[in-house]
Amino acid sequence: MSAALLIEQLLNGLQLGVMLFLIAAGLTLIFGVMGLINLAHGSLYMIGAFACAAVAAATGSFWLGLAASLAAAAAAGALMEVAIIRRLYERDHLDQVLATFALILILSEGTRWLFGSFPLYLDIPPLLQGAVPLPGGGQYQLYRLAIIGVGIVVAVGLYLLISRTRLGMRIRAGESDREMIAALGVDIRTLYTVVFALGAALAGLAGAMVGALQSVQVGMGEPALILAFVVIVIGGIGSIKGALVGAILVGVVDTMGRFLLPKLLALTMPVSQANLVGAALASMLIYIVMALILALRPRGLFAGQA
Amino acid sequence: MRRILTASLLALSLTAAGVAQADPVKIGVITTLSGGGAGLGVDTRDALVLAFKKSGNTDVELVIEDDAQKPELAVQIAEKMIQSDKVDLMTGIIWSNLAMAVVPNTVAQDVIYLSPNAGPSVLAGANCHKNYFNVAYQNDNFHEAMGQYANQDYKKTFILAPNYPAGKDSLTGFKRYYKGELAGELYTQVGQTDYAAEIAQIRASGADSVFFFLPGGMGIAFMKQYAQSGVGLPVLGPSFSFSQDVLPAVGDAALGVKNSASWSKDLDNEANKEFVEAFQAEYGRLPSIYAAQSWDTANLILSALAKASVKDKDAFRAALKEADFKSVRGEFTFNANQHPIQNIYVREVVKEGDVLTNKIIGTAFEKHGDAYVGQCKM
Repeated sequence: MSAALLIEQLLNGLQLGVMLFLIAAGLTLIFGVMGLINLAHGSLYMIGAFACAAVAAATGSFWLGLAASLAAAAAAGALMEVAIIRRLYERDHLDQVLATFALILILSEGTRWLFGSFPLYLDIPPLLQGAVPLPGGGQYQLYRLAIIGVGIVVAVGLYLLISRTRLGMRIRAGESDREMIAALGVDIRTLYTVVFALGAALAGLAGAMVGALQSVQVGMGEPALILAFVVIVIGGIGSIKGALVGAILVGVVDTMGRFLLPKLLALTMPVSQANLVGAALASMLIYIVMALILALRPRGLFAGQA
Repeated sequence: MRRILTASLLALSLTAAGVAQADPVKIGVITTLSGGGAGLGVDTRDALVLAFKKSGNTDVELVIEDDAQKPELAVQIAEKMIQSDKVDLMTGIIWSNLAMAVVPNTVAQDVIYLSPNAGPSVLAGANCHKNYFNVAYQNDNFHEAMGQYANQDYKKTFILAPNYPAGKDSLTGFKRYYKGELAGELYTQVGQTDYAAEIAQIRASGADSVFFFLPGGMGIAFMKQYAQSGVGLPVLGPSFSFSQDVLPAVGDAALGVKNSASWSKDLDNEANKEFVEAFQAEYGRLPSIYAAQSWDTANLILSALAKASVKDKDAFRAALKEADFKSVRGEFTFNANQHPIQNIYVREVVKEGDVLTNKIIGTAFEKHGDAYVGQCKM
């Protein structure tokens, strides 16, 4: 095994982690501030991808599509919050899960109705096509490096937003005591809508960026949502820092597991059997990691104050 | 008013039945109409509906349900179709893991099942059944053809497939005919969308070519990521990742890829021309291989209905086994295990105007059966 391969796989893990962070950040923010479990977060990710693909196909520009994905996901998020989600804050988690699960079904079928059952085409912009050389003789896809870059920018941006701005102060206050900040005269309803739209926009951005890499199709959000839930459970529900650490942990463990487990098993059994068993074990690995972390720290790595 | 309408409809349907002079036939169609794999099921359903519509046979009633690509859901639907809808025949399942969940139980209840796509090896060999007809292929077939074809140009191929019955059949089939060395062999997760880790291993393996079987959205994702990775080795695969339903989403990354199939839209026979034209006229898009197989399934059923009543199971099975229909794939007969004997072609992805599609460049196998027929005691 060469150093170039190892570096490439580490970058792959980092890139997957960054992607998961974009989805998980919104999910954990919404849970932290509003105490809401939003299963329809994956649908916002899908909306971002479809908006980007549709606008890119109509205008020929990926960048306009990217802007459209942010706008569409944020608008869809705000609309969802005002029309439906707002009624769920006072209810228990079971009602929230039921209602947001219904939203998944409605949004998926709505998207199918608008765009059809066949996957849409979305390509990487010409500027980011191709691969760049890595130290050690390897190569790495430029677009994936760009995703890592965007993830870092978003992480820093979120940190500054939450620790340095008035909005961030209100978000933090909302996390620790909802009634008190309402009593202090902060317009809590608007704050909730803004936080929800912000989380939705991040998911939409992730959807658009992943859409160019994978396939834009109905139902693309749910597998990503499951991983995002694993991330926020590992990181500690409500913690942005936890989401970042959890996402990178899940990304690297998943990538390395898929890569190394079959090789390790091949030392003790025939290769084709090792490949089968290794693949099966690798798909369980992040859940095993989650179980271990929960056994040691039941509230996740960076549990919130709640 | 409503009563009058109902009465006149009833009268109309009675006259229609009077002309046809046959028992009504209920066909249960379980296929994937929602989720990531929906494109495959939609093509299957559309071709089936169109074939029955064009035949003018008014006795056939289709009961169509969506399995959402979930085995447990498919099992429930099958039970409902058999117990309460009392269907005579069943068809429609795309995915091998769903077929494995549904077919053995269905055929054991003396319902005839015709597979329009999935062909897991177990059902072709030891578990073959008189009520199970596969109109598509045995899963290994297309992959065997690619293994055979790879011998011409390649000595060190890297192979990968998802970890489920059809994925295992795929790599087994490829290896059965491929004589070169394997640069690596990988099983990925079903539904996986990111292949960075696999592509990195391909890059490091020193392979001279890549063979992959990743149907539906998985193949789209792999091809797009592979094209951007800078690996640049030639790609081979079965037709599933280069069929008409996914080519628009893969884009130019697919151009020039060699893939194997029992059918292509440019296959030169009367039935095929008629099919491609009818499908395009009705739905405004080119048919995929799933549509072709489903069209053949419908016509096979129609040919058997013309010879025997579906209530007389023995006679109907015998009529099905004759395969006395005009297949869009040209010559088509059933093997002893009721799986096809047919030609497998090698196709290349080309651009016709703005549309990506396939054209046949050679024949990998003529009158090809499957490797499991010997294990079938029927």
